[in-house]
Amino acid sequence: MPTAATFSRYADLPTLIGLMEGDEKHSAAAHTTLDVLWVLYDRVLTVTPETADDPARDRFLLSKGHGPAAFYAVLAAKGFLDVPTLRTWAAFDSPLGHHPDRVLVPGAEIGSGSLGHGLPLALGTALGLRAQDVRRPDGAAPRVVVLVGDGELDEGSNHEAIAAAGRFGTDNLTAVVVDNRSARYGWPGGIASRFALEGWETREADGRDQDALHGALTRPHPRRPLAVVARVRVGT
Amino acid sequence: MSENTDTDMNRNTNMRQAFADAVSAALDDDPRTALVLAVISGDMFRRAAARHPGRVIDVGIREQAMIGVAGGLALTGMRPIVHSYAPFLVERPFEQVKLDFGHQGTGAVLVGIGGSYDASTAGRTHQAPGDVALLDTLPGWNVHVPGHHDEVRDVLRDAISGDDRVYVRLSATGNRAPRPVSPRLTVLREGSARSAGVVVAVGPMLDRVLAATSDLDVTVAYASTVRPFDREGLSALAGRAGNADVLVVEPYLRGTSAHEVAEALSDRRHRQLGLGVDRGEELRAYGTPADHDREHGLDAEGIAKAARDFFLV
Repeated sequence: MPTAATFSRYADLPTLIGLMEGDEKHSAAAHTTLDVLWVLYDRVLTVTPETADDPARDRFLLSKGHGPAAFYAVLAAKGFLDVPTLRTWAAFDSPLGHHPDRVLVPGAEIGSGSLGHGLPLALGTALGLRAQDVRRPDGAAPRVVVLVGDGELDEGSNHEAIAAAGRFGTDNLTAVVVDNRSARYGWPGGIASRFALEGWETREADGRDQDALHGALTRPHPRRPLAVVARVRVGT
Repeated sequence: MSENTDTDMNRNTNMRQAFADAVSAALDDDPRTALVLAVISGDMFRRAAARHPGRVIDVGIREQAMIGVAGGLALTGMRPIVHSYAPFLVERPFEQVKLDFGHQGTGAVLVGIGGSYDASTAGRTHQAPGDVALLDTLPGWNVHVPGHHDEVRDVLRDAISGDDRVYVRLSATGNRAPRPVSPRLTVLREGSARSAGVVVAVGPMLDRVLAATSDLDVTVAYASTVRPFDREGLSALAGRAGNADVLVVEPYLRGTSAHEVAEALSDRRHRQLGLGVDRGEELRAYGTPADHDREHGLDAEGIAKAARDFFLV
């Protein structure tokens, strides 16, 4: 088995996903979260396997825990997970289930699967870091980024957290909504408007355009939480 | 919601105020602590919120967010204390209680008020006699049912200093005097070697159990910690009694601790009976908590009758 360093590039992600799901090309394209995850771990978040327990690390919470192969692949590419571990995917004694468990998966900040838990947990994490005035070595407040799906937004718990975060001005919190139009009844008026009305800074980007995602995720948003709606069509 | 307006002598406790005092002190003393509210009792923490603005978090009437936010605080190493009426703390956001603490490998201190039917005039929506049974479906929860406001202070001090999952069940009903807070059963009256058996009184049930069994040769033990249940202690008490017959009087759903008694005495022939809130039908009545006690057979008279029948005297 080659070492993990061999599989550390974006171009390796289909191979890594293939170790779990087989049929590399089909399964990689099916992962609507792939580019968002890659941009976050490659260019946005200040966290490495060495700082995975540092109180001042940036945190990524995968709320939409369904279909986590892209997440595991990115964690492996970035060295949080050993590449051979991917082959154990969903076996009895594997750390890698069809929904991630933070107790088992190095680098996973939350266990998820049941929808609607990540955004409230992320808000609490952001408030906890703020209450303790945790700072990175460069003086910046660590970021808390949570990924939710547009279908997942149906869960009312998200809207409790969206409203509360907006009122609290939790500017160390970012929600990325991967929008593949899977919500049963859609979101008339757009997803971003739900966040904007509650006081969030909102941005939209093509969920496959890494530079656009990077820009949306990194421009300042003082005193307001940030929502980035990443539009993705499955299979493109 | 009015509190402590009942003149019944057993309703002489103010556990809610003791909770507010203990948590306010903890917020002053321990920077790890944070209080998460959903409006309920917010007025009691005005001063604490002014002193510790980042650590008193009222999310509005949003109980799912209340638990989720507490779970997130715990992920950053803080010690969240979460509080509401029991039905809005345990039942409404139960999946959050299940997944946002234990499944994440973290803990919190949940402090519920109103158990089981302090809010007798408010009706079923504000009552949660199933809270302990519900938490019993989850691993790793410590459950405390104090019987006096002084016990609340001691229970909370220990709970807040830890990292585990704790539920503290407060009520406007209590005993006249505090008992030592212990993870073990506390023996208050030991029966003879030929005694009829053992009565376990949970939290606010103690005074009435003592009154109801005063003329019986039984051992009476007090439990303010019900999870983990003191199986060893019960096993020893039943071994010293004349019969391995155990009556458990709990202020929540009857039989909630039946499986614990069965485990504790699984090595011998035994009998057991649980008294508590009736499981059969929803009680659509208002009145006072004492009225509800009577209806469920949890007043001294009802307990005395059940005890005589059970112990065959």
